[in-house]
Amino acid sequence: MSESVSPVLEVRDVSLGFGGVRALTEVGFEVRTGELFSIIGPNGAGKTSMLNCISGRYRPNSGRVLLNGRDVTDLTPNVRATLGLGRTFQNLALFGHMTVLDNIMVGRHHLLGNNALTGALYWLSGARKEELAHRRKVEDIIDFLEIAHIRKAVAGTLPYGLRKRVELARAMAVEPSIILLDEPMAGMNLEEKEDMARYIVDLNEEWGMTVVMIEHDMGVVMDISHRVMVLEFGRKIAEGLPDEVMANERVKVAYLGIDDDEAENGEKVA
Amino acid sequence: MISSSLIPCGQYKTSYGADTTIFLTPASRNWCVVGVAVALMVPLVASNYVLSILIQIGYYGIAALGLNILVGSTGQISLGHAAFFGFGAFASAWLNNKFGIPVLLAIPLAGVMTTLLGLLFGIPAGRLKGLYLAIATFASQFILEDFFSRANWFTGGSSGAQANPINVLGYEISGDRGFFYVVLFFLVIMYLLGTNLLRTRDGRAFVAVRDHYLSAEVMGINLTKYRILSFGISSFYAGIGGALYGHYLGYVSAEGFTILLSIQFLGMIIIGGMGSVMGTLMGTAFMVLLPEATEGTVSTIKHFTGDIPALTSALAYLKEAAIGLAIVLFLIFEPDGLVHRWRLIKSYWKLYPFSY
Repeated sequence: MSESVSPVLEVRDVSLGFGGVRALTEVGFEVRTGELFSIIGPNGAGKTSMLNCISGRYRPNSGRVLLNGRDVTDLTPNVRATLGLGRTFQNLALFGHMTVLDNIMVGRHHLLGNNALTGALYWLSGARKEELAHRRKVEDIIDFLEIAHIRKAVAGTLPYGLRKRVELARAMAVEPSIILLDEPMAGMNLEEKEDMARYIVDLNEEWGMTVVMIEHDMGVVMDISHRVMVLEFGRKIAEGLPDEVMANERVKVAYLGIDDDEAENGEKVA
Repeated sequence: MISSSLIPCGQYKTSYGADTTIFLTPASRNWCVVGVAVALMVPLVASNYVLSILIQIGYYGIAALGLNILVGSTGQISLGHAAFFGFGAFASAWLNNKFGIPVLLAIPLAGVMTTLLGLLFGIPAGRLKGLYLAIATFASQFILEDFFSRANWFTGGSSGAQANPINVLGYEISGDRGFFYVVLFFLVIMYLLGTNLLRTRDGRAFVAVRDHYLSAEVMGINLTKYRILSFGISSFYAGIGGALYGHYLGYVSAEGFTILLSIQFLGMIIIGGMGSVMGTLMGTAFMVLLPEATEGTVSTIKHFTGDIPALTSALAYLKEAAIGLAIVLFLIFEPDGLVHRWRLIKSYWKLYPFSY
């Protein structure tokens, strides 16, 4: 899996500051095709800032972000989406008044060719045909994430766990080559977490999407990730296979912040 | 778009095509066709007074739908809709008077001209939101009003512009009866286009920008483009509505397109239901009928009390106040608009007598 495949995502020495606060200091890493890459770190370590730099919400003060070998540092988020970048948010960011189906269809925005005029001429312009073809693809995602029963429900009325799943579906609909998941399991119960972990693994293995995930649940991260990067106070302190990272003294001290023997047993630090 | 997840019993969709129809059930589609058919019969029986009210609902309804796409669907705000409405009226008259373009062609062309103007005045929307955008559109209202009164070549200045009646194949459509059909034609077409727009790519993009612009951008939607495009489309509707207004009255003057009319347009979509196509028409009908209804009530009261001057002036105030009161009451008790109430009534009868 981690052979010398070309990187989908390459982050080169990215630094980001807000006034006097240094959110990220020269963080660099590579995510290879087909990888399931996790970013972990204590609260405020700069994980979400990192994702925001990748997805284009923030522009780093220095450093470059390369997507499929192309420098995207100066591009807006919507252009990055068309280049194959999908993401979900830590705090739910669904389109609350739309149905689940419409939410997911929005994900296909850049894949659809119709505009306002041809859309308005629905039957005459081929817009209907295109809508139906893409509906087919969306239904595959709906099937995969097992949300068929809520496809006509208004997204804002759904319970938390389902909304997270719809958000994942929407990000998948972009057909990204790399998908960024910001705490996909936050606030879920054990059962929902297990489901979500299964979806992420299948997403990676069956759908062939490269995944970058931020997650606090160490059990899940260590179980499903191929490689893990650890951030602390905006700096990268470790990167490697899950076992290596777990064994890393610096990670133990900095991230877990507890004694060695406790670190062995107590894996859950939220 | 407030979509209902309530699907009536016995509706089994076996294809995606069947699941993407405008109407949820064949019955509701048929009722709508029947409604249009009945509307076609109306001029045979209705008086000119009734027809003039229906025509008003028609052209205001078209313009209001544009505003609803802008405000209800895209979540922006415009206090200058009446100015675009007026620009459409002048543009159509100008195209017809100056270049001799047939009125029936001048109306859509006026719509296109208004679209371009709307795209221009929509540029601030790429940057501004909320109250700031409201003030920016407020400025467009005043700029255009001033333009109407000064641009003699275009509007005829203070004397206004002559708008010729519609001419189809050498046959002049004059009077309310003929014009009713023209407005109905445009109304049906414009509402169909609007419905289609909102259920395809760009319509979803509008709603996405409204509901959560940050994640809309991450989904590949160019925020600036869609915010400005929404102004363009809204102006297109305003232009068509305005052009119909002009050719109906036969004369366009700058005084008719004040901020008051802009606010009335906002009232129509709030009362009808933000983001709802059918709601727009309901809200427009409500706003047009309300002054007529209060007028009728006042004259009935007068009829019984006789002509007491103090009472007469009090009633005149009451008439104006009733409109304001209606809007306030709607905001409090039915923020989702008439269309929501209509849905509740339908589901009530569907479930009667077992309301649970």
